[in-house]
Formats: sequence, C-alpha cells, structure tokens
Amino acid sequence: MIKREKIHKFYLNDKYIVLDINSGSVHLVDELVFNIIDYYEDHSLSQIIDILKSKYKEEDILEAHNEIEKLCDEGMLFSEGVQLKEFDYNPQNVVKALCLHVAHDCNLRCKYCFASQGDFKGERLLMPLEVGKKALDFIAKSSGNRRNLEVDFFGGEPLMNFEVVKQLVAYGRKLEPIYNKRFRFTITTNGVLLDEDKMDFINENMDNIVLSLDGRKEINDRMRGTISGEGSYDIIVPNFVEMVKRRGDKDYFVRGTFTKHNLDFADDILEYYRLGFKKVSMEPVVTDPKEEYALRQEDLGTILNEYEKLSKEYIKIKKMDKDFTFFHFMIDLKQGPCMIKRASGCGAGSEYMAVTPEGDLYPCHQFVGEEKFKLGNVFEGVSNIKIRDEFKKTNVFTKDDCSNCWARYYCSGGCHANAYYSNNDITKPYKLGCEMEKKRIECAISILANL
Amino acid sequence: MKHIRTLSGRNLKETIAKGGCGECQTSCQSACKTSCTVGNQKCENK
Repeated sequence: MIKREKIHKFYLNDKYIVLDINSGSVHLVDELVFNIIDYYEDHSLSQIIDILKSKYKEEDILEAHNEIEKLCDEGMLFSEGVQLKEFDYNPQNVVKALCLHVAHDCNLRCKYCFASQGDFKGERLLMPLEVGKKALDFIAKSSGNRRNLEVDFFGGEPLMNFEVVKQLVAYGRKLEPIYNKRFRFTITTNGVLLDEDKMDFINENMDNIVLSLDGRKEINDRMRGTISGEGSYDIIVPNFVEMVKRRGDKDYFVRGTFTKHNLDFADDILEYYRLGFKKVSMEPVVTDPKEEYALRQEDLGTILNEYEKLSKEYIKIKKMDKDFTFFHFMIDLKQGPCMIKRASGCGAGSEYMAVTPEGDLYPCHQFVGEEKFKLGNVFEGVSNIKIRDEFKKTNVFTKDDCSNCWARYYCSGGCHANAYYSNNDITKPYKLGCEMEKKRIECAISILANL
Repeated sequence: MKHIRTLSGRNLKETIAKGGCGECQTSCQSACKTSCTVGNQKCENK
C-alpha cells in the first residue's frame, strides 16, 4: 500500500512552513520544529532527542515536540485523509457557467493562440443573437437552484461582435427575475477595438474584464501581432490604461501568456505594475511541445526560480501597495472553498461549458473544435452523457497522480485541457503544470507569512 | 506557542457536510483561462 503523505514542508522567503494536507491547516514554524517534523511519526521522543541534541538543547526539543503533539491532538498536524472516491458531484447536472464564443474571428494573429488565431480550426463566424439567447435560456433553465450564473464573453475577439454582446446582456437581465437568477457577465478582450462607448458599457454591466497583454513591449509584440504583422502593444496599452482608470473599484485582470521566449516573465509582471495595472495574471503557454516557443522540462528550473524571484519582489511591493495582486499568489487560507469544490475543480464538462457561434456545447473553451468532446447544443441540451460523466468523475481522488500529491486541495487536480493535450487523457495531469502550480502555492503561502 | 504560529487552523474535512453548494465562481473563468487554481476562490455559502 502506498504511504500517503500527511504533511508538506518547505522553506521559502526566510520562512519555515508546514502544511497539514488533509485539514488544510498551515503553520509557520521555527527551524527546530521543521527538523523534528521529519522524525515525528516514526521515531520516539528519546530517539528524536538523540538525533538532534548536538544541534539543539534537550529542553527546547521537548518543548517543540509538545507543541507538535498538541496540534496533532487538535487535528491540525499529521491528520488523516478522507477518501471520497464515490462522492456524488453535481447529481442534478446543474450548469452554472458558460463561456460564450461570440466571435470565432480575431483581429490579432497571436502565434500561440489555442483558438488557431480565432477560428478554432473552423470557419470564421460570429454568434447570431438568437444562438446567444438560446444559450442564456439554456443556462437559466439548467442551473437548478443556483442563483449566481457566470457568462464570459469570449472569442476569438468578442468586441468584434459587440452589438450581440450588448443585446445578450439586456436579455440576461430580463431573464433574471423570471428565473430568480443573477447573471455575472465577464468579457475577455485583446483591447484592439476598446473605445470609450464599449468601456462604459463594460463598466456598467460586467463583473470582471480580462485584458490580454504579455508584458514588456518586445515580448508582447513578438507573439501578439496584428493581421499585417506589426506589434499590438502601442494600440492596446493606451486602451487598457484608460479602461482600468474608468473601471474604478470594479474587478479586472490584465492577463498574459509566457513562453520559452520570456522565461524571465517576472519582469513582464512587474511591467504591468509599472504601467499601473494592479490586478494581473500570467499563464504558462500550453502548446504542442514541437513548437519552438513551447515550455519544456529543461526550462522547469528556470521557471521555478522565476516564480521565487517574483515572490520576493511581490512581498516588497505588497508592503507598500496592498492592491497589487498576482492571480496565482492570491490565497485565502481561512475563507477558501470547501473540500467538495477543492476535490472537483473547475467543473468543466459539467457545471461549466463553452458555446460555439453555432450553439454547440463543449466541456470548456479549450476543447472547442475537438469533435469527440462535443457535448450537445444549446437547442437540445446535453446529449453526450458519456463525456459529461467522464468529466464528472475525474477528481483528485480518482486521479492516481493527484491522490497522493500535497497540492491536491489547492489546484484541484489541475486543468483537464492541459491533461488532455499533454497526455491524451484527462485523468493524467500535465506534469510541468503541476510543478509550476506547486511552486506558485508555496510562494503564495510564504508571501502571506511575510506580510 | 513558542515554536509554532498557526496561520490557518481550518479543518477542510468539516466542510464536507455543508459543502458543494456550487455558488462559488468557476475557477478558470475568473482570470486565468488556462491553469486551475481553486485555493484562491471565495466561498459563497453564507
């Protein structure tokens, strides 16, 4: 039988930290406790004293050992795990979040685009209003007793079909009282068409906006070019600056992608801050390993060091400006999600689906165009029960690689699409992604410990 | 305690009974759209 790890410990940013995996407790400890932890479960107190007495005073070892024992008794250290393999996730097949691909067309030609420069390997298409309305009807009727519904206007580039976006927001507001729902609309844009009218509409109607920019000008322009092959930075940055200024207190994220060409991506995240963007995210590119810009195993050490480097800068900035937020360093140790959410993850294919301009349903935006993952359509609902059930039963308890990983309740098993595109199997996590995520969690907790 | 400061003493196992209401945000929808981070989501079961 595999011995299941109960704790994870690490030293980062001058802090010794111990996580109790199963309870979610997190402890900041001194070096002595950090050392005793290694022996605590399978050594007696006298053995531990023998091992450590050359370095520490016996009375200190005794005192630290007592503190560990107390936390064990309270279920906050070395606590036992639960096995929820058979837990009944989403039994009513509620759908509560949609990614609406209102435009399978784009006015940029980003080299790494998983949407094949906007068309998702199909025709360039805009979603007709009637299809969008059917999608909102579908989620209103399929969401059971969930009140909060999420609809992200996505593409391609959704501003290329903005009239439909506006009419769909109005339609959603009409549905709210009928079905007792609240639509949270969000939009993800490259910013090229972002004018003042659109900014004002978005600010009035959208809970969040995601603005795509890769950081420094030369980095952004290398991957995010216009149709005629020029860089997009000078077009989009002034629009984003204005957008964020008008946004006031409402949520936004400036979000980029890093590739092998900018393994020094901490500088791109700091560039966001220099531009005045406080809520930011930067994602590792996910692509065919044969692409010259793909991230590879040999890059991992550099990437992990870069996250650590960023965490040090982040602590310095946070001490002066608490509003600066990097998505993957956000962590709420006290009010975070429940175990069920942590075990089941993003809900793709079950609670969350993507809708194409034609009205076809896919497990998420990253599966669009993969015919075998087509779930059904917004006119007739979900018909491919087999695929839906496969997604539903894929969780941290059923995935072998996750079931003994210390980070399972933070990442929730990772992204299904990353797993599929790297291993051709949604149950086998994307290893490189796992290592990056583990480092981001360690950084996030060490940051909290420093603030 | 002299040697340990607990940053979070929560017990995730206790959230199983009342958890799974599904009102919280779909994790990937919020900002990243590529990698899954759930530990930073807010619980909306109030």
